[in-house]
This record gives sequence, C-alpha cells and structure tokens, in this order.
Amino acid sequence: MPIDILMPALSPTMEQGKLAKWLKAEGDKIKAGDIIAEIETDKATMEVEAVDEGVLAKILVADGTDNVAVNTPIGVIAVDGEDASAASGAAKAVAPAPKAAEKPAEPEKAAEAPASPAPAAAASVPAQAKSYDASSEFPAGAEVVSMTMREALRDAMAEEMRRDADVFVMGEEVAEYQGAYKVTQGLLQEFGARRVIDTPITEHGFAGIGVGAALTGLKPIVEFMTFNFAMQAIDHIINSAAKTLYMSGGQMGCPIVFRGPNGAAARVGAQHSHDYAAWYSNVPGLKVVMPYSAADAKGLLKSAIRDPNPIIFLENEILYGRSFDVPKGDDFLVPIGKAKVVRPGSDVTIVSFGIGMTYALGAAEALSKEGIEAEVIDLRTIRPMDIETVIASVQKTNRCVAVEEGFPQSGITAEIGMKIMEAAFDYLDAPVARVTGKDVPMPYAANLEKLALPNIGDVVAAAKAVCYR
Amino acid sequence: MATAARKTKAGVTAKAAGKAPARAAAKSAGKGPAKAIPNVPTFNKDEELHAYREMLLIRRFEEKAGQMYGMGLIGGFCHLYIGQEAVVIGMQMASKDGDQVITGYRDHGHMLACGMESRGVMAELTGRRGGYSRGKGGSMHMFSREKNFYGGHGIVGAQVSLGAGLGFANWYRQDGRVSMAYFGDGAANQGQVYESFNMAQLWKLPVVFVIENNRYAMGTSVNRASAQTDFSRRGVSFGIPGEQVDGMDVRAVREAASRAIEHARTGKGPYILEMQTYRYRGHSMSDPAKYRSKDEVQRMREEHDPIEQVRGRLTREHKLGEDEFKAIDAKIREIVNDAAEFATHDPEPDVSELYTDILLEPAQA
Repeated sequence: MPIDILMPALSPTMEQGKLAKWLKAEGDKIKAGDIIAEIETDKATMEVEAVDEGVLAKILVADGTDNVAVNTPIGVIAVDGEDASAASGAAKAVAPAPKAAEKPAEPEKAAEAPASPAPAAAASVPAQAKSYDASSEFPAGAEVVSMTMREALRDAMAEEMRRDADVFVMGEEVAEYQGAYKVTQGLLQEFGARRVIDTPITEHGFAGIGVGAALTGLKPIVEFMTFNFAMQAIDHIINSAAKTLYMSGGQMGCPIVFRGPNGAAARVGAQHSHDYAAWYSNVPGLKVVMPYSAADAKGLLKSAIRDPNPIIFLENEILYGRSFDVPKGDDFLVPIGKAKVVRPGSDVTIVSFGIGMTYALGAAEALSKEGIEAEVIDLRTIRPMDIETVIASVQKTNRCVAVEEGFPQSGITAEIGMKIMEAAFDYLDAPVARVTGKDVPMPYAANLEKLALPNIGDVVAAAKAVCYR
Repeated sequence: MATAARKTKAGVTAKAAGKAPARAAAKSAGKGPAKAIPNVPTFNKDEELHAYREMLLIRRFEEKAGQMYGMGLIGGFCHLYIGQEAVVIGMQMASKDGDQVITGYRDHGHMLACGMESRGVMAELTGRRGGYSRGKGGSMHMFSREKNFYGGHGIVGAQVSLGAGLGFANWYRQDGRVSMAYFGDGAANQGQVYESFNMAQLWKLPVVFVIENNRYAMGTSVNRASAQTDFSRRGVSFGIPGEQVDGMDVRAVREAASRAIEHARTGKGPYILEMQTYRYRGHSMSDPAKYRSKDEVQRMREEHDPIEQVRGRLTREHKLGEDEFKAIDAKIREIVNDAAEFATHDPEPDVSELYTDILLEPAQA
C-alpha cells in the first residue's frame, strides 16, 4: 500500500504554506528521518522529515507551490517495489487552501456613521450619546494595500523608528531570529543592534529596564513573546510604568509600549492561552489597545508609539496571518480611545474587540439572513473605553450583546454591561447579554478547547435572545 | 570571559583591602586613632567640611521627620536613613552632574544628597501641595527630573531593573552618564536583581549597583536570609567586579565609588559596591527593633558613627573649633526647621489633584 506524504503543519495555527523545495527526486530511496523537503510559511522555514521507508514514487506538489493546505498529499512513498502509478494519492488534485475561508468578513467597508438616532423621549433619560465617526480615518476611495496583521505591525514600528531615533524595540528573539512570530522581521537589518535588541529570557528584568529607559524619555517598544509571559513582568508594568506619573506629581512620564500576542492561539494549553484584556483594563495610568483589523493595528500601534503614556498593545496570534486592506503611506494614524462602527444595523448592537470581532461579524452575517440587522462595534481600545459610541448605538437598537474571548467574571463584557446600565438603562428593551470564554483554564484537547471559546453560534443565539426571537 | 573573571578576582582582592579598615577600626576604637591603616584615602579640609555638612543635614532632617511622624504630621510609612549617611554622600562626592540616582523606599537621604530642597521633601512627607510629588507620592515616592533623581520605589528590588534601565538609556544615547542603583541586603535576594546583573554586564551598561548592607532586611538579619553574605560577590557568576566597602567611612565610600563610577563610565560595564553600614532606627517608624540588642546599636553609634568620624578628624587634624561646629549645626537646624515649618503649614493638595497626573496628553500630530 503506497503511503501519502502529507503537507505538515509547523504550528497549531498554520493552515497553509509554501512547498519551497524538494530535496529528493522521484525514484530516490528514503529512510525514516531523511530530510525530504523544505516548507515555508510567513513565519518560518522548516524541513520535512520522512517517517516511512521506501521509494519516493511520485511528487504531487512541485517545488515553489504556494498556499498548500495542511494535510494535502504532497508526495507518495512506494513500499517494497510497489508500482508508483498505483499510488492512491496520485489521483488527488493539489488543493491550495481556500483564501476566502482564511479571511473574515470585511468590516472595513462599513465605516459609515450610523443614521441619526431617534430623539430621546423623556427628560429622565440621558441625552443622545454621540457616536465616533471613524470614516475620516480611512476615507472612502483611499488607496489601499492588502497586508497581513503581522506586516502591518512591522510597518508601524519601522515607520515610527524612522521618524524618531528615541524609539527602539527590545524583547526575546526580536532581532536575529526576526521575531518569534516574525512581527519584527527586517528591523534588525534596517535599524541595527542598538535599536533592535535581543534580550535574555528574563521578562521581569527587561521590562524593568525598558521602563527605566522610558523614564528618561526614550520610547521603548517591549515585545513579550506572549502576554502570558508578561505575568513575570507585571509588577513593572503596573507598579513602575502605570503609577509613576501620578506618584511623581506629573514629573515622570513613561512613554513605553508593551506589545505581543495575547489570548488563545490554538491547542497551546492553559498557560499560553490567557486573555489579559480585563487585567490591564483595571489599572489607571495604562492605556489598553486590542485591534482586530490590520489597518487598525497599524494606525493604533503608530499612535501608541507616539503616545507619552504606557500602552498595553494586545495582539492575537491567530490574526497575525490574516490579510486586510490597509491605507497606503506612513501617515495613517488611528486615535487611541475611539471605537468604530464596522457594520451599521438597527435591531441589535454587538460589541466586541480583537479576535472577538470574528464572532461578532460572523454572527451579524448569519443574523442578517434571518432578518435581524446587527450593528457591530469594534471597541479597538479597551481603556479608555469609548462607551459613547456603544451607548449611541444602544439608544438606537435598544439591545446589546457584548462578546469577548476572556473569562466572564470581572471581564470586559461585564464592564460594558454595567456601563450601558448606568448610561442607557431606559433605552434597553432586554437585559444586555454577553458571550465570553468559559470559566475554565484553557483545555488542550481540541474538542474541549473549542467548547471553551465563544463561537458564532453563541453570538447568534444571544442576539436572538435579546431580540426575543 | 577570562578577562572578566580576572577582574572579579581583582574586585575580591580590593574587597579584602576595603574590609580591613572596618575590622581594624572596630578593634582599635576607643584605644586610639586608627589612622595608621594603609589604603584609607584622606580628605582635605574642604572635603571633610562638605561631607560633614551634607551628612549632618540628612541626620537632622531625619530626626525631625521622626518627630513629625510622632506628632501625626507624617502618615503611612516613613523609613529613616540615620546611620547610613556616609554611603550616599560618599557616592555623590564621586559622581558627576547628570549621573542618575535611583533607590528604594529609604530615600530621604538620597534626595537631599542629590540637591533636592528640604522643603519639598518634607512637604511631601506631610502630604502637602508643595511636596515634590504635590502630596501624591509620600515618603517612598519622590522624584526630581531636574536633579536626576528617579525615585523613591516601594517594591523591593524594582529599582535595580529600573536603574539598569537608566544605565541602558545612557548606553543608548552614549552620553557618558552613569546610573547609580541603590538597594539593600534584603533586595539583593530578589530575582530581578540577577536578571538585571546579567543584562547590565552582557550589554556593558554604565551602572553602579550600590548594595547598602545595613544587616537587617526589616527584622531579618543577613545571616538568616542570605546564603552568600558577602554581597560584593553577588555578581561573580556574571563577571561583575565587586568590593566590600566600609560604608561608615565617607572617605572609603568616595574612594570605592570613584573606582566603580570610572569603570562604568569608561564602557567596562557595571560594578558592585557592598556598603557595610547600619541603620540606627527601626525599619520603619512602627518597628520596635526587637531583633537586635540595644548594645549592638549603641556600639555602632559610639564606635562607627559616620558623622562623628568626620567631626573627630576635623577637630584633630584640621583644628576646627567648637564655635565653628556650632555655626554649622545652627545653619543646618535652620534649614531643617524651615522645612518643617513649611511642611506643617503648606496646604493639602487641591481636591482637583485627585484626577490629575494619571495620563499625559499626547502631542497633537
């Protein structure tokens, strides 16, 4: 029985890659452990080792083929003098990963301000809240380029480093290795080792060094390989960075950006999956940013680097490889502290941020098919929170579902619900609903992990519930 | 690495030399002058006078702060520097304008040594608007960008990484400045200290780590908390040279400080100075200090007091008369009384200050 060689995954989140090179030719003998090919993703290059012995009977995917989906047969090994042509995989077509599936719904197109809400009825209800109009950030007809979240973040850092010699990047594997997730790719080559600094694996120490440098006026970008590891450094983030301005009576600003992937990736277990948005959201003296689209990531990171305050910039590993339209040029800024209405609607408001937007937007699409038009708001910044934009929407729709991947207790959605109750109680036709990650440490098993995270169905169900449908 | 290892050895040798006078002084105290000891640097009259005035200012200031705490004018925590004055004064005598200082919560002495105003420090202790942090920091949290004093930190050991960060900034800017990060024998056991040692030596950051070994981390003596009680050796595995210094003798402090600062300033990386010192008062105002005997404290005060040592030399070697001492003392009392007066009558911060200084406004792009 011939054996298919399948396209391997380099990481749990990899969905496709490039078959860079075959190191064996058809007819070559292969022993288990032989390096038979090289594959590439935008993050890394890896060698493919044979696990079986035999003869490389057939190459199904040629050198240099892009977008080869994980688990696609790329070759066939014939065992014990089998006829290569009988190889089962030979008939199968090469299936590049479907691009559309990779890409979430396009939120960018719906940047129009919501229609004017109806005037407030009674004197006891709050005045109409004003929604932030994000259309000027990203004007219709602006020249755009499609890029991944990863590239957008890199460009933001590179542009700001060109603009200001006080900006530098430090963290584990940011320089020589080009970034553990390749977000700092090329920065060492352009800016040199004084401005792109590999640190030892000592988060507490290098966070403190970053904060100390920031107190003198330098503008460090401290990359954490993941925010899970920033737990080692959280004393410096909170006690040293966030509080010093206040404790010094306004003398000691701390212009620093702490950034890196946050929250669940895929199958990495409880210690590498924590969403810290709610933790940092709790601390005065910090600003907390959590973008969903590459355009917002770029514009917000540039604003964060220019901001004179300590910024927590929460990225997401799963979003790194996704592509979005980003305005061209190096002067695109997105203001910190402003939400964005990414899809107008009249029946229910769905609020989320970061990767939670994938569920919010997916649900909005599904709901639309059932005649429910959801207005979807991307908070983009967690602290300070643009609750005005949310309230303005709720005053129009009278219903709200808040969505996050983090834990339910004391979460961001809990805060959103409370703020709506304080400011727009009289507008509500149903209690605010929330969809969150489950109240459990992240399990490893694929089925349990899936259950632990929110999904589009949960959001659809919550939206229907608040619409009494 | 071989060079670094050799440097460490040199440091250890220097340490031994530095330690000798302390022992000798202890033995010979009361028996006669300990001046015959080699390697103790000498001060000229101006230097002695400067050290005397500066140390006395700290002493009197701290005594006044203790009184005001007792009167209820100062709240919360208040950690006095009495007994340790020679450390920060000797260090400052070897530093240059622009060099940065950062320390923990026992910080009043460091601020005065950096040239910060007594009024502003005392008014911060009383939580008034004229304080360095406008009343929002308190005893443990004061800063002066103008005087390059970076706090004032309440988390034990945090100032070591932050101080390495100040050194990093000097390295990044190549501006020839040196950062001095002070911490105690208690903080010396914190993990981040060693993370910072590693990076400081790896990148050759211009930092002097000043370990003020006052023998007690709150109520725990060095022997009960530290497997290696020779703190000058705490950088050995990183190849950072270190010395033990008689931290009660301002001359020995300045001498060692000059060596350490020169090492850091000339691009050779960090340097560790273990200052063997002693605090006369409790850890904080509420500490009854039952973990040590009254005799021990009394002996340190009588035999090693840093201010009395200078006073003795000024009397014996520079023939300073009682009237001259009285004039100096009067001048210092006037400064301290003025600060106390100011700090007592200065108003509390305006209630609007509750919501200021949380975030800075970004510059308009």
